[in-house]
Amino acid sequence: MSTSKLIHGYEVVIGFETHAQLSTHSKIFSRAPTEFGAEPNTQASAVDLALPGTLPVMNEGAVERAIRFGLAIGAHVAPRSIFARKNYFYPDLPKGYQISQYEIPVVQGGEIGFFLGDEKKTVRLVRAHLEEDAGKSLHEDFVGQSGIDLNRAGTPLLEIVTEPDMRSSDEAVAYARELHKIVTWIGICDGNMQEGSFRCDANVSVRKPGQPLGTRREIKNLNSFRFMKEAIDFEVRWQIERLEDGLAIEQATVLFDPDTGETRAMRTKEDAADYRYFPDPDLPPLVIAPEWIERIQGEMPELPRLMAARFVADYGLPEYDATTLTQSKAMGAWFEEVARASGQPKLASNWIMGEVSRRLNAQEIGIEQAPLAAATLAALIRRIQDGTVSNNAARQVFDALWTGEGSDVDQVIEAKGLRQMNDSGALEQIVDEVIAANAANVEQVRAGKDKAFNALVGQAMKASKGKANPQQVGDLLRRKLGI
Amino acid sequence: MSLNSQDIARIAHLARLELHPQESERMLSQINGFFDLVEKMRAVDTSGVEPLTHPVAAIRDVALRLRADVASEPNAREQNQKSAPAVERGLFLVPKVIE
Amino acid sequence: MTQLHQFSVAELARKLKKKEVSAVELAGHFLGRVRAHADLGAYLATSEECTLKQARAADQSISAGDGGPLAGVPIAHKDIFVTRDFPSTAGSKMLQNYRSPFDATVVRRLADAGAVTLGKLNCDEFAMGSSNENSAYAPVKNPWDKSRIPGGSSGGSAVAVAAGLAAAATGTDTGGSIRQPASFCGITGIKPTYGRASRYGMIAYASSLDQAGPMARTAEDCALLLSAICGPDPDRDSTSLDVPAEDFTRALQGSIEGLRIGVPKEFLAEGVSADVRAAIESALRQYEKLGARRVEISLPRTELAIPVYYIIAPAEASSNLSRFDGVKFGHRAKQYGDLLDMYKKSRAEGFGLEVQRRIMVGTYVLSHGYYDAYYLQAQKIRRMIADDFQNAFRECDVIAGPVAPTVAWHLGEHGGDPVADYLADIFTLPGSLAGLPGMSIPCGFGEGGMPVGLQLIGNYFGEGKLLNAAHQFQQATDFHLRRPEAF
Repeated sequence: MSTSKLIHGYEVVIGFETHAQLSTHSKIFSRAPTEFGAEPNTQASAVDLALPGTLPVMNEGAVERAIRFGLAIGAHVAPRSIFARKNYFYPDLPKGYQISQYEIPVVQGGEIGFFLGDEKKTVRLVRAHLEEDAGKSLHEDFVGQSGIDLNRAGTPLLEIVTEPDMRSSDEAVAYARELHKIVTWIGICDGNMQEGSFRCDANVSVRKPGQPLGTRREIKNLNSFRFMKEAIDFEVRWQIERLEDGLAIEQATVLFDPDTGETRAMRTKEDAADYRYFPDPDLPPLVIAPEWIERIQGEMPELPRLMAARFVADYGLPEYDATTLTQSKAMGAWFEEVARASGQPKLASNWIMGEVSRRLNAQEIGIEQAPLAAATLAALIRRIQDGTVSNNAARQVFDALWTGEGSDVDQVIEAKGLRQMNDSGALEQIVDEVIAANAANVEQVRAGKDKAFNALVGQAMKASKGKANPQQVGDLLRRKLGI
Repeated sequence: MSLNSQDIARIAHLARLELHPQESERMLSQINGFFDLVEKMRAVDTSGVEPLTHPVAAIRDVALRLRADVASEPNAREQNQKSAPAVERGLFLVPKVIE
Repeated sequence: MTQLHQFSVAELARKLKKKEVSAVELAGHFLGRVRAHADLGAYLATSEECTLKQARAADQSISAGDGGPLAGVPIAHKDIFVTRDFPSTAGSKMLQNYRSPFDATVVRRLADAGAVTLGKLNCDEFAMGSSNENSAYAPVKNPWDKSRIPGGSSGGSAVAVAAGLAAAATGTDTGGSIRQPASFCGITGIKPTYGRASRYGMIAYASSLDQAGPMARTAEDCALLLSAICGPDPDRDSTSLDVPAEDFTRALQGSIEGLRIGVPKEFLAEGVSADVRAAIESALRQYEKLGARRVEISLPRTELAIPVYYIIAPAEASSNLSRFDGVKFGHRAKQYGDLLDMYKKSRAEGFGLEVQRRIMVGTYVLSHGYYDAYYLQAQKIRRMIADDFQNAFRECDVIAGPVAPTVAWHLGEHGGDPVADYLADIFTLPGSLAGLPGMSIPCGFGEGGMPVGLQLIGNYFGEGKLLNAAHQFQQATDFHLRRPEAF
């Protein structure tokens, strides 16, 4: 798949399983709400609690989101898929089985492309299937007992499974970021990792190049990109050391402990392997008509990769700029507004990736919360373009606009007296004074020393308090010194 | 084919049923008695036959009905927990779950 | 003169509308009989308060002139249906004193039609059984001979109707649980096409087979109740079909002149006892007198239905019953160590032996490496069985034969040999696997003067035709009017 760098002569092989909570109002098989953080079991309906006699009824919104994802990654959306029961006992699993999809999932194949630095990568997806989330076991508050909260039980999930295509923790994280970008971009998942809306499991193994795949260990519930890298790096080191010590790797499910920075194997359920999958007799096949897919296709937003490509084509931006500016739908839109209104796409890109991003990151806010409007930045860029302000002056203006000191570009320029000096009379006077005061430099200039010439220009700029146009100053000096 | 007592123990564990030795013995003979019945079925040639899940699918397509995504279920915790063996502060209590 | 409990539902509904009797009076009469015949073990729960409250409401709606078709008619529900007003146990210790926060759709629909609920009826635990000996509470006795079983799993329902402890009752049929007890107790019962009645609120045994249906004295009564029961339940049950409700009583006028009655040769093979065969043969002659034509047909996979059913049903049951883990509801063991121990003890204590057996079989046939050989193979043969019926219905309109090979046997006669019970289901299982509507109507008496039922099987959604065939038979015979002495 991708060229891989070796670690101590070992190749790292990573596959991902991601559980994305779908942003529906109601649960996948019941009418209970899905909001996060409610009082325990207040959002667990009779169906969610598996009370005797209850039956599942499928939420159209969950299917619709699965279709959107399938279209976003160029997958096959199955016209007919099957819900199956995954049977196992666990207190947070009310029915004693999870309704999932097994043999025939709703989304089949597809791929996700992204940049690792400036290297283009592609990760193939095996499938994405619909299933219900489980509840939560709370271990803290009770001595020797656990408390079960089933509010989350029945929340719709899309489980997204990749081929083992990733060859480094950086590539894995880049994939996870791209996937996160896509599911939030197309609005099927709120992407909130703290609340568990986007949970990644990484299957990690190592092998000598050319050897068959090694035994993999699954790192569960990686809920931050930082931990993701730490966990995988630790796991890789651990596996390589083990193999170097001549020990075998046993397949296991491990948890990452952010505090120790280590992974540890979970208590293995010896019958975990025997889930006794069979088609759920409570749910006939999920049939998706071509018309439905076409309708959703028509409603799809422009996807990040296409938007980036368009930025390169239409605005002549470098790949890097285009990718950076399409990290979120809002950012992409903001850029386009500035680019259009200013007529200066590259300048717009520079300002957004520079001044704007720096401040957004510093304040940890998104572009939606930016204190100045795209139109305002565009106006400022126009003023740079028509020579009204120098770049340095523009930064001062921008700062005033951002802090709210001012809101109208021209007013700020006037108020701060940052307009470039274009009145040649006043400029001539300054230049004459500079020539008079720097006889030595003048000599050297006449002797053809550029350094000295630049010094004179600097003097003149200083005297004009930066308001002069350096171009103009240079021309005047040349004329007066007759060079 | 016939099961042995190890099979019975494995299945009982999978099904979370505590079987006492004599029960297992009885269970074993009864289940094997039943599986003698099943042999005939295993011999049938079913190649090319689609399994029948919803019976009416024998004569017409039966597709999953979808429900509009509307949250309309009010909080009924008190009612729903009426028959719960152990509840505290709205949580169902169980012996400590170890991960 | 006829006593109140000896009238049919149709007659009672008329009397109530004409105010010849009040719903309260009627409910009181039946509750009195329920107490007087408690020894039959038909009822698991009654509540005079709730029943009379419903009866008073029915009387008011009748006076107001907006009573439903069953306004004031006292019925009872198999304890497989969950109810707000009464405990819902499924005949299991697992659900002792369980209170459902909602009513089953079937219960609600009958209440909407005005029926008054007398209580909850005994049944085999989780509807698993053919004799009602698997009830965790008490075996039910057959009113025709209290030393015999009433059949199962809807035994309580059949006995309540046969003994005049309810004007009619609901039952559920997975592999014959309405038809076989109806046959053993000399009453009329119908299981509709799978998907016609909502399964919401029916404690699940085998999801792809379970269907609700009425049990009553006459085909006309069954038509009345079935009209109220059937209809789509789009918000609650994904397996309920979008087939509109019908007034099945409208179907009862048609003549059966020229009706082709198919008799599968496998249904009258040597396995059938002489007394039953005789009753069936004379019933078939009766049909010919009524203008029907007898057609010999074949259902070649009849015998296979037994293993196929006893693979599929336990497989689905093993999964459906996993929710009974002592966490959210139901029995939890008094003493236990860790979580695993709590699960195992609670389930071992809460489930009876037959239920545990089926959970074991079901778990095994779904377990790793056996799924294809058992569950999948069974589901494929199931389709072949359904196809056999479609072939048969090219030659006939209705299929007829015995419900069971014998009349009701004696309590304990099968000595707890499950396979003996399984074999007795042979004639009801094929129709169940195909999801076809099926009936049992009284057609004579056999060994020990015990009732014999004629099974009628219709094609999908052919309930009307089926009920009419039964109704015409009952217009010409009086087996359905006979009642056990002292009842």
